[in-house]
Amino acid sequence: MPDYNWPDAEHRTLIGKRISRVDSPVKVSGRAKYTYDYHGANMLFGKVLRSPYAKAKIVSIDTSAAEKMPGVKAVEIIQKVGTTAQWAGDEIVAVAAVDESTAEDAVRLIKVSYQPLSYLVSDAEPPAGAGEAAGPMSEDDIDDAISNQMPDAQLVQYLQEHGVSFKVDDDFLSDMKGEGASEAVLAAIRSAPYHQATGGGHSAYQKTAAQTSGDPDKAFAEAEVISEGLYGSAVIAHCCLEPHGSVSEWTDKDHLFTHISTQNVSGIAAQMAEPMGVSAANIRIHQDNIGGGFGSKFAADRWDIAAARLSKKAGGKPVRIMLERDSELKVAGARPSAYARVKVAAKKDGTLTGWQSQSWGTGGPGGGGAPPIPYVFGIPNLHKEHTAIRNNIGPARAWRAPNHPQAAVITMGALDDLAAKLNMDPLDLWLKNLEITGPRRDVYREELAIAADLMGWKEKWRPRGQNVSGGIARGLGLSIHTWGGRGHESDCDLTIHPDGSVDIKMGTQDLGTGTRTTIVIVAAETLGIPIEAINLYIGDTLYPPSGGSGGSTTPGGVSSSTRRAAVDARETLFAKVAPALSAQPADLECVNSTVRVKNDSSRSLNWKQACSKIGAMPVTARGHNDQVASKNHPDLTNSGVGGVGMADVEVDTETGIIKVKKMVAVQDCGLIIDLKTAESSCYGAMVMGISYALFEEKVMDQATGRMLNPNMEFYRLAGLNDIPELVVHMMTGKGYDERGVIGLGEPPVISPGAAIANAVANAIGVRVSFLPLTPDKVLAALSQTQKAGA
Amino acid sequence: MPDDPLNEEPKAKVDDNSGVSRRDFLKISTISAAAVPILGTKVVHAAGEPVKIYGPGKTPVELTINGQKHTLQLEPRVILLDTLRDQLDITGAKRVCDRAECGACTVLIDSKPVYACAVLAIEAQGKSITTIESLMLGENLNPIQQAFVDNDASQCGFCTPGFVVAFKAVLDKNPNANPEEIRHGLSGNVCRCGTYHGIHLAIAQMTQKGE
Repeated sequence: MPDYNWPDAEHRTLIGKRISRVDSPVKVSGRAKYTYDYHGANMLFGKVLRSPYAKAKIVSIDTSAAEKMPGVKAVEIIQKVGTTAQWAGDEIVAVAAVDESTAEDAVRLIKVSYQPLSYLVSDAEPPAGAGEAAGPMSEDDIDDAISNQMPDAQLVQYLQEHGVSFKVDDDFLSDMKGEGASEAVLAAIRSAPYHQATGGGHSAYQKTAAQTSGDPDKAFAEAEVISEGLYGSAVIAHCCLEPHGSVSEWTDKDHLFTHISTQNVSGIAAQMAEPMGVSAANIRIHQDNIGGGFGSKFAADRWDIAAARLSKKAGGKPVRIMLERDSELKVAGARPSAYARVKVAAKKDGTLTGWQSQSWGTGGPGGGGAPPIPYVFGIPNLHKEHTAIRNNIGPARAWRAPNHPQAAVITMGALDDLAAKLNMDPLDLWLKNLEITGPRRDVYREELAIAADLMGWKEKWRPRGQNVSGGIARGLGLSIHTWGGRGHESDCDLTIHPDGSVDIKMGTQDLGTGTRTTIVIVAAETLGIPIEAINLYIGDTLYPPSGGSGGSTTPGGVSSSTRRAAVDARETLFAKVAPALSAQPADLECVNSTVRVKNDSSRSLNWKQACSKIGAMPVTARGHNDQVASKNHPDLTNSGVGGVGMADVEVDTETGIIKVKKMVAVQDCGLIIDLKTAESSCYGAMVMGISYALFEEKVMDQATGRMLNPNMEFYRLAGLNDIPELVVHMMTGKGYDERGVIGLGEPPVISPGAAIANAVANAIGVRVSFLPLTPDKVLAALSQTQKAGA
Repeated sequence: MPDDPLNEEPKAKVDDNSGVSRRDFLKISTISAAAVPILGTKVVHAAGEPVKIYGPGKTPVELTINGQKHTLQLEPRVILLDTLRDQLDITGAKRVCDRAECGACTVLIDSKPVYACAVLAIEAQGKSITTIESLMLGENLNPIQQAFVDNDASQCGFCTPGFVVAFKAVLDKNPNANPEEIRHGLSGNVCRCGTYHGIHLAIAQMTQKGE
């Protein structure tokens, strides 16, 4: 069998080096094309009429004036009369017109009357006694969950755990199919256990099952010290710079061609097939570049379906619907909030002995999942309860490392407060408890030492509130994190042509994470040719399928499938070339653009000469990575990383303004393909961390139920001048490289928020409970300590 | 008549791009309002200055972009950014925030960096518009672009053209700008992937030259 294993360190010429991303030149020169840049011939412009109410029943829709308007080519009702809009901005009607301003005018001519209903847009702590145990789902519950875009995995899990309160029949299943339920959801409904309804209406507050392990009561009774606190993070938006959207056109009556801004090129056709009434094989999906996704762009969204339907009605002309910035911020993705009241029990030496938490948060109409707390530290005795708030702020979507940053803020905050109560350096408390962090404990130990060194932790650290001068308080904070990151399913076709040219085709996408660069490095390394010699084609369903880019699964997936394809193609080449070199195929190697006999450089052909031996037809090899490790022989990817984040901040105690002065990230991710783009992932993650720690919040207006800051002035992102010295250290070499490739998109974004929050507490001597750490909250926290001190 | 500004005779000569003489135009416009959208601008006198009135329908617009003249029929409400992107397929400037908050659509108008989403196409007439597309030096990247590549200052790349154009505007004005001045010049641009570290390094690379 060919040797697919990654080359060892002394045989790597490209893998693990700092290589500039291959698509940088087209991006810096404005030549990179994105979905928003695609302009089909005779393209029509789609616009969407959205609900002004957070919750309202649609009573009537009159589109007649819009339909009569010159320039309007098609009108599509997205939610029909009788449906309930579930958030302000929910899609009601879409129109397509010859230009954007005509489409906007047409939307204004549509008359919709609503019956406003009571709504909830708060995610404040549930009132005492509020909430009901999560019970079996009624027909309405399931209908709501589907129309509210509850993520499939969440709905399936809920159905499996809680069952249904009615007898499922084919009519119901067929209705749900019509509503857009996936096969997975339909199967889960079909197989859900029947339970008697528990009664009690539809509370916005859903208590998930309490979890207890060990003996928390005993742990707290015997604790030498107990620390209590309140921690959390607000709902934030993805705010992709390229908004969600697509351009769809019917190339004939049975074939749809969709350009879409997506993290999931190979997965979109299957989602569009059902609503479009054609087979997935008749749908082509294309995307060259994507202007940000961060977890929010896996689906064919309602507006994408609407654009394709408008196109059909308009005789197949391309119809573009790209969201406006306000819509993007209102409806196209939000990271759930998570807040918790936490009690931690410990010994005087800092050994953690118990955890209690009451947490809550919202992911919009679906309620949202519970954060995995306590995070990383497997505290032996614990009791935790979580209440999911179902409200009308719009649907949640995966956001880099779903639930982990929130869990880090809660857990690392609670441990930091405990350290302060014990007068311990938190670094010592973390080190003291590494035994309960699981299989990555030795990695954390090594990383904490490196991070502390890079931060100058031991020299700089002072106990809380003891580094203040001239109204400026300075402090340090830290956090650790973990993630999986195993490679996803991926197929790669690599072709060597008789003229020596090489092309690779793969239905993946590059989110700006360096996927293209990863693929060509692996292929070039394997074939011994320069990366420029490889033509890479991605972003189309014409190419072999590769998984969606989520959960840090792409590097492992694409590098493994590419390695296998390249090795197989190389084997075929060796077989064709061997006679010309009077050698056995097994004796050949590809080095420096030559094919030569190992240990005998006198017997070699340059790459072009070697490829001319292939014959008339090119050689294509298909490489496959299976997401199930045991199905790969050998397995080239792996799962499970640990990382450390540290922050050094300054707080102006007069204004409450926080300035991050320095951040350090130390991260492992197995075998690194391109060190340069890997480091960039960490730098970028720290910037996003500063942004969500200090500025970002989806602010909802309780009075109107609408988002108050759906623009980039008041939905503030960190700017160039908010960014301090950033230091990244990637763990490489022995103990890391041989693990195989592991993804890096999620892990480094987890710790920055928690590290900054802890640094602020260290600086000002008191905990600011909730992110974002805005000046008003800092000043409120400071005034409490002053009162307490007075 | 002074109290009817729309009929007041302009006192200064106005360079009318419409190709129709002002006097003819006024004659036509008094006869048929429907002719206005087709035949171009009307000139009125307001606060002592001649002012052109466009629209409300499509009006001829002439733009000079990257040294090339383009003649278009546009509604006066159409912004320069959409004109570039949707009419001319010049898509390097990106549409992101819709309201002059993020800098992704930065172009140069007579060497000055502006948000193309906050300028009407009709306002940009008679001026020299420079977009990211013209910044290459032949087949080669210009030094700013090369510094972005060298320091990996783009990830998804959607904000990158805006940063590069804004960067060029700073250096065009002051080739010896220091890092702080460049950072100031880029403070109207926003990145979501968090490429600021790379941009800081690109600034350092551009300001260390020759030292």
